[in-house]
Amino acid sequence: MQGVNRNFNNINLKLSLGLKESEPPEAKEASGKTKFTIKGLNAWFGKVQALKNINMLIEENKVTAVIGPSGCGKSTFVRCLNRLHEEIIGTRCEGKVIFDGKNIFDPDVDPVLIRRRIGMVFQKPNPFPAMTVYENVVAGLILEGRKKRADLDNAVEKFLKLAALWDEVKDKLNQSGVSLSGGQQQRLCIARALAVEPEVILFDEPTSALDPISTAKIEELVHELKKDYTIIIVTHNMQQAARVSDYTGFFLLGDLIEFDNTNKIFTNPSDKRTEDYITGRFG
Amino acid sequence: MNNLRYKRRKMIQKVMFFFSVASAFIGIAFLFLILGYVIYKGAGGINIDFFTKLPTPVGVPGGGMANALIGSFYLVGLASLFSIPVGILTGVYLSEFGRGLFASAVRFMAETLTGVPSIIIGIFAYSVVVISMGRFSAFAGAFALSILMLPIITKSTEEILRMVPESLREASLALGIPRWKTILKVVLSTAKSGIITGIMLAIARVGGEAAPLLFTAFGNSYMNWRPDQPIASLPVQLYVYAISPYEDWHTKAWAAALVLIGIVLMTNIMARIYAGSK
Repeated sequence: MQGVNRNFNNINLKLSLGLKESEPPEAKEASGKTKFTIKGLNAWFGKVQALKNINMLIEENKVTAVIGPSGCGKSTFVRCLNRLHEEIIGTRCEGKVIFDGKNIFDPDVDPVLIRRRIGMVFQKPNPFPAMTVYENVVAGLILEGRKKRADLDNAVEKFLKLAALWDEVKDKLNQSGVSLSGGQQQRLCIARALAVEPEVILFDEPTSALDPISTAKIEELVHELKKDYTIIIVTHNMQQAARVSDYTGFFLLGDLIEFDNTNKIFTNPSDKRTEDYITGRFG
Repeated sequence: MNNLRYKRRKMIQKVMFFFSVASAFIGIAFLFLILGYVIYKGAGGINIDFFTKLPTPVGVPGGGMANALIGSFYLVGLASLFSIPVGILTGVYLSEFGRGLFASAVRFMAETLTGVPSIIIGIFAYSVVVISMGRFSAFAGAFALSILMLPIITKSTEEILRMVPESLREASLALGIPRWKTILKVVLSTAKSGIITGIMLAIARVGGEAAPLLFTAFGNSYMNWRPDQPIASLPVQLYVYAISPYEDWHTKAWAAALVLIGIVLMTNIMARIYAGSK
């Protein structure tokens, strides 16, 4: 992490981090279609408040990065968006997350259907150990009751290709999902999330358990996927946020400190605390 | 000075190491002594007739314990019909939903129940089932055995399910799979081998019980297939034969002991192999 932080002090290195200097900064409200409108989102673990009055607009077919030091509420934030936060005993959240015009916290909204439309990839690769590679990819379809062999075969090939894993595992489809390497497992998990055909994919620190080569592959994939999906990626790695995202939100102790174009956040942050964080003065 | 301390420490290490190995050896030795003695005394009584023939009247040579062998399987099978589903479901409740006072109470009861002497369970089954039915029956015996099995299966299921990482549940929920399907298809299927091991250990545990069957299943010199009639079982028949004054019966009791140990040992070994293969 130290090495990363030092880079940010050097203005010349910013180009090499993959910042899209050519793209003119644009006001996020003015551009494309909004996928999520988040209004006054609060979340608690028991009595501890993890998120405090978060307001954000998430744009369709863009990559939004969420950065911040450990314990700042970044994971809790994305877990609220697919209503996974509430699955932990003793937690609750309040506020509005308007997803395609409907508040996902409305009492008549089935969280199961929300999660079909908003997929998630976790920090640690978590393929189902009792299933083969093949079964893992279509786990969502099989468990949902779709069982036609031809459909499944097609889905396995399509989504493994989309996750850039097909060539590596096409001869290992009947091996256990946990027999793959860590990076392959993570791409398997991405294929599994894609196979239920969501509109949004939440990545919760997807590369923090992976080596640099696997990380590069996942980042490339994120870049590919944004054509068809809206992506929110939590990351500990600021270079990663700079490389893959269009917008970046900086969280600190449950507050959203700053939310802007990634370019702006990393070159000219408005808030002193954002600047301190990205230049490595803390965190 | 330091050197002396080091020497002293090394001495103590050697002495204590000797004692711990010796203790382990004594524990193992008893198992082999029992096995060896039972084989020595019982092997002579083992023949085809023992497994296929019914007991003969006193004084008539030959005969076997087919009724008790079948009876034991019958009783354990009947007990499993109740205790396996209820035990697994209780384990699922405790692991997946069990918070608060009720769950703590269930957990405490299960632990207490494992410690209750099996003869007490037998007395309970006697007063609840035998007295109300007016006769000894296979059903009453199975009832007593199932009460013995229930807490073992419950505890082992809960413990195994708790070992399934939370990340797998979340992975499944995040795919839009409802909680009930997540438990059934992801949690239970991941933990399948552990749960089966727990069930086999519970079966091995009650398969050798005589006390809860003495005044419930009672015993029967004939083959019985009806749940409302008394039924023989290996442990009870062993007990009856062992306290009899007849030499021939003693030999058969030793043979029954050997078969019983063999079955329990095989069940345990199978459970271990099954658990290890996963």
